[in-house]
Amino acid sequence: MPDRQHTYSLSELELKANDIRQSIITMLEHAGSGHSAGPLGLTDIFTALYFDVMKHDPKEPDWDDRDILLLSNGHCVPVRYATMAEAGYFPKSELKTLRRLGSRLQGHPEREKLPGLETTSGPLGCGLSQACGMALAMRMDHKTELKRWVYVVLGDGELNEGNVWEAAMLAGKYKLNNVIGIIDRNNIQIDGPTEHVMPLEDLRGKWEAFGWHVIEIDGNNIEAVIDACAMARAIVEKPVMIIARTIPGKGVDFMEYDFHWHGAPPDHEQAKTALHELRTLRGTITSEHQ
Amino acid sequence: MTQMYLTAWDRKEADSEPIRKGFGRGLLQAGKNDENIVAACADLTASTAMDLFQKEFPDRFVEIGVAEQNLVTVGAGLAAMGKVPFVSSYAAFSPGRNWEQIRTTICLNNQPVRVVGSHAGISVGPDGATHQMLEDIALMRVLPNMVVIAPGDSVEAEKATLALATDKRPAYLRLAREATPVLTTTKTPFEIGKAYVFREGKDVTLLGTGTMTYHMLAAAELLAKDGVDAEVIHVPTIKPLDAHTIVKSLHKTGAAVTAEEAQINGGFGGAVAELLSEQYPAPLYRIGMQDRFGESGKPEELMTHFGLDAKHVALAAHHVIERKA
Repeated sequence: MPDRQHTYSLSELELKANDIRQSIITMLEHAGSGHSAGPLGLTDIFTALYFDVMKHDPKEPDWDDRDILLLSNGHCVPVRYATMAEAGYFPKSELKTLRRLGSRLQGHPEREKLPGLETTSGPLGCGLSQACGMALAMRMDHKTELKRWVYVVLGDGELNEGNVWEAAMLAGKYKLNNVIGIIDRNNIQIDGPTEHVMPLEDLRGKWEAFGWHVIEIDGNNIEAVIDACAMARAIVEKPVMIIARTIPGKGVDFMEYDFHWHGAPPDHEQAKTALHELRTLRGTITSEHQ
Repeated sequence: MTQMYLTAWDRKEADSEPIRKGFGRGLLQAGKNDENIVAACADLTASTAMDLFQKEFPDRFVEIGVAEQNLVTVGAGLAAMGKVPFVSSYAAFSPGRNWEQIRTTICLNNQPVRVVGSHAGISVGPDGATHQMLEDIALMRVLPNMVVIAPGDSVEAEKATLALATDKRPAYLRLAREATPVLTTTKTPFEIGKAYVFREGKDVTLLGTGTMTYHMLAAAELLAKDGVDAEVIHVPTIKPLDAHTIVKSLHKTGAAVTAEEAQINGGFGGAVAELLSEQYPAPLYRIGMQDRFGESGKPEELMTHFGLDAKHVALAAHHVIERKA
């Protein structure tokens, strides 16, 4: 069945990530508002999830045995839309409708608008709880034996929300081993660096204290993401949190590491510069693997 | 319809039972009818009457702990996988504390989670204002997609629970703490979105929701002694409001009194005021909490203190009848 078996090479995945980043820049420029840094930083994770890690079918988004992906930090949804278009859920041309009246691509994701989105999100801190509810439902239905997984992507700033830690406690209590969390550890939030706004460290220690197995990786390394997810699926006695260190704005030099790009889109000139840079990088990826 | 479907509610020996007991029985029955019915509670399993379900279906019950935000969002996750979750706590905490989670993950997300708020209203009594949830009707009523139900007694609560078990919309079920006179019988009809004429009359319409319908019927008896013929309508579903039944009655009587154990602003009285001002302007008096908090006291003391009894309803009825053009 199409896209239920993933057979992409690492260089093909890197090219896909590059294409997705170009889509993100283009759609944000067209929209004139939205978040740039987070989606670019998350691109390698989403590429790994949609083109290698997850069981899913763009032709049958509500396939009963699919893996579930929740985007708890809904403001990063441009990366999900761009990746879904790349995977064939809908035509890439639709990406330019982002944030427009009547679009299926709402500013923050709405489940009922677009098939393939599992939840409505935006207000932070609710994704992990919903993942827990889904995992509990699978356990009630004895579906965990089918090896169905619930992946949930969380922002690091989002971890300021108490709701997240209520869910962390619950997952630890019920040993929800088919929940795999991925924290986008990019160290920025709207008011500045996370450790200035509200320190999160010792982040690994916090999750371990709540009964989670923790894996730390470079979240901009596609292979590392794939390996970490495979490792996470092998942990049977605990839920797993992958702390993925990412570079906000990854792939666009003037956006990288700059928290001002957290909530801003590129203008026309900036988009041109960004796309030029990404296309140059694409050429490098192609020649490296030839 | 009317009194043939009611118990001998006005007799001293009339049975009383906490409304939540009916909820507990309904949930157990719903669980037997459908294996997709599941439940979660925030450390109040016995006092929200979920213990019957928990004992029968331990694998379909989730103990969340004292975490109401998690309660409703876990509920949204269960619903996303095809479950019909009933999630309960005291109304002061759920939906008191977790409104935004309910808005985003249940209403906008359009998942059939049943938020069950027990111990709602002033009759919580000695626990005082912190635990007397009076704003929940307003908070839930304003949310798109949300159904809001406040049953009048335990028998109706059981029917409402069973009705919600097969409904697909997000819903809030409001339950009172105290033992409440049982008005209805197993034969009394209940349908989500329907209001019921419990007593026919022509001079004034008394609209009660939840436990206040009992006081409306008692007020109608008092009014009869004054020569006033009151119509009593029980409105268990606050949203969607049965506009047809209410407006039809107002065509006949020309004046109305609402009563609720909640804030009149934005509450059931607010809903009726919105309806009548748009569709059939008429003198209206809203019995309920008048933009203030409660305090500790015995339930019946508080009901009298805050004007939530038959005597005050009767006074209000005289008042609106005088205002008729």
